[in-house]
Amino acid sequence: MTPPAVAVKDLTLAYRDTPVLWDIDITIPQGVLLAIVGPNGAGKTTLIKAILGLLKPAAGKVEILGKPYQQQIKKVGYVPQRGTVDWDFPTDALDVVLMGRYGHLGWFKRPGKKDYALALDALDRVGMADFASRQISQLSGGQQQRIFLARALVQDAQIYFMDEPFVGVDAATEKAIVTLLKELRKQGKTVIVVHHDLQTLKEYFDWALLLNVHQIAIGPVEEVITSDNLRKAYGGRSAFFVS
Amino acid sequence: MDYTIFMVMIGSSLVGCVSGALGSFAVLRKQSLLGDAISHAALPGIALAFLITMAKSPMIFMAGAMIAGWIGTMLVMAIVRHTVIKEDAALGMILSVFFGFGLVLLTLIQRLPTANKSGLTHYLFGSAATLLLEDVKAMCLMGVVTLAGLFLFWKEFKLFTFDKDYATALGFPVKRIELILTLLTVTAIVMGLQTVGVILMSAMIIAPAAAARQWTDRLWLMVVLSAVFGAVSGLSGALLSGFVAQLPTGPTIVLIMSAIVLISLLFAPNRGMIWEWFQRRQETKLLRQKLMEKHKS
Ligand SMILES: Nc1ncnc2c1ncn2[C@@H]1O[C@H](COP(=O)(O)OP(=O)(O)O)[C@@H](O)[C@H]1O
Ligand SMILES: [Mg+2]
Repeated sequence: MTPPAVAVKDLTLAYRDTPVLWDIDITIPQGVLLAIVGPNGAGKTTLIKAILGLLKPAAGKVEILGKPYQQQIKKVGYVPQRGTVDWDFPTDALDVVLMGRYGHLGWFKRPGKKDYALALDALDRVGMADFASRQISQLSGGQQQRIFLARALVQDAQIYFMDEPFVGVDAATEKAIVTLLKELRKQGKTVIVVHHDLQTLKEYFDWALLLNVHQIAIGPVEEVITSDNLRKAYGGRSAFFVS
Repeated sequence: MDYTIFMVMIGSSLVGCVSGALGSFAVLRKQSLLGDAISHAALPGIALAFLITMAKSPMIFMAGAMIAGWIGTMLVMAIVRHTVIKEDAALGMILSVFFGFGLVLLTLIQRLPTANKSGLTHYLFGSAATLLLEDVKAMCLMGVVTLAGLFLFWKEFKLFTFDKDYATALGFPVKRIELILTLLTVTAIVMGLQTVGVILMSAMIIAPAAAARQWTDRLWLMVVLSAVFGAVSGLSGALLSGFVAQLPTGPTIVLIMSAIVLISLLFAPNRGMIWEWFQRRQETKLLRQKLMEKHKS
């Protein structure tokens, strides 16, 4: 039997006294395209960070493909929210993408020919081949997002976590990302994406996790996105989203 | 060449070079106050080293400065981690408490009836002219260690500085990386205290890097340029202060450094203020032309 891509057991996490995630208990099978959905401040970013070991939960545990994260680091790719880094950092697009190889290199080693080839290939996959030597502050928001995606691609992972890749990007980039997501799924990868737009949920994803501090529902999109569940997650505000 | 001048030249350019190189990372991490805190925190270390050993040896002073600077930095990190106090406030607190304590100790030492106490006040504003062969030897060793560390951990420092969370997710021990980077920064600062002084040493960390950032969009070039700017101002400032005008070295070096910063802020291509102003004027002109053409047709 294959282990689930991600298994979170009884996870609770608080910033000081405020609980941000409460008793999360989820199992994500391999090979799905899962959207994490919920209002602002629901704990979506926090959940990803807890799974990746960036934040220490108060209770609970996380397994990636049946083992703790620390043993599976090379099987996990990460696309953080675009706004979390300073894009005025003095470097170019190719160099940022190469960072995705650093985990494979280990201490002291510099990226080699193979790493450069992988990075250029990844840039090509996200449609940024012509921008390799572009200073990163000179890229548009959508282009920066694609650079982050390329950086995760060269990690050559089994499971990808992406935090709000669709936010603030142009229509062309949104299309490119969706194509990439489907490609990854075709290769049997598991992709977990924080997503905001309930309208496109059914079109882009096959699974959804509805979250608002508590987990409200997880499963195939049609089963999760019911007006009842949405009311639980968003309160009255979202009623009009559901047709 | 005069032996003293030779020592001063080597020592002061080395100080500028190493602090400039390490300072690039401090600037990119937006930790401009860290250098200030480390250098000011070093003062009580120097004073205590003297009080304990009663010897006026720069090596012993450096050891004292290193320990005090390190304790100060660790305290800042501990305060940030375990209280609600923010980093800038913690840095400011440690800076003033340590520096105040250092000044008190210096005053006490001045009142001691020993003969060899005068050298200590040089550590406030720096005095390149007091550099001896043994000092320069120690500085060379520290400089080589620091630059070698920077070279070895280049990839890790770059990744950590650009995207700390990503570095963690990739499995890098970011706490250890931060510790190593901080240790190298402390070494670079302590190395320059005798030449530049505790009060202005932080300028040697920040100013060359800020100037270098103006001229390039590549990290390695920024580090190299910053080291060159630091070395040039260290060298010329030390010579000027020691042999032309009788001035304290620190302020003289920093004045020259400030001139480099000013020129860089104004004239650097792409990022310089004058360049930006010119660009904007060109754009407005073009826009106006386009509008006129539209009107005509
Ligand atoms: N570093 C932090 N310290 C304190 N509270 C935080 C911190 N980061 C996030 N929070 C709080 O945790 C909650 C969840 O945040 P987050 O996971 O970023 O939400 P989402 O990604 O779903 O918008 C929010 O209420 C936010 O204010
Ligand atoms: Mg978020």
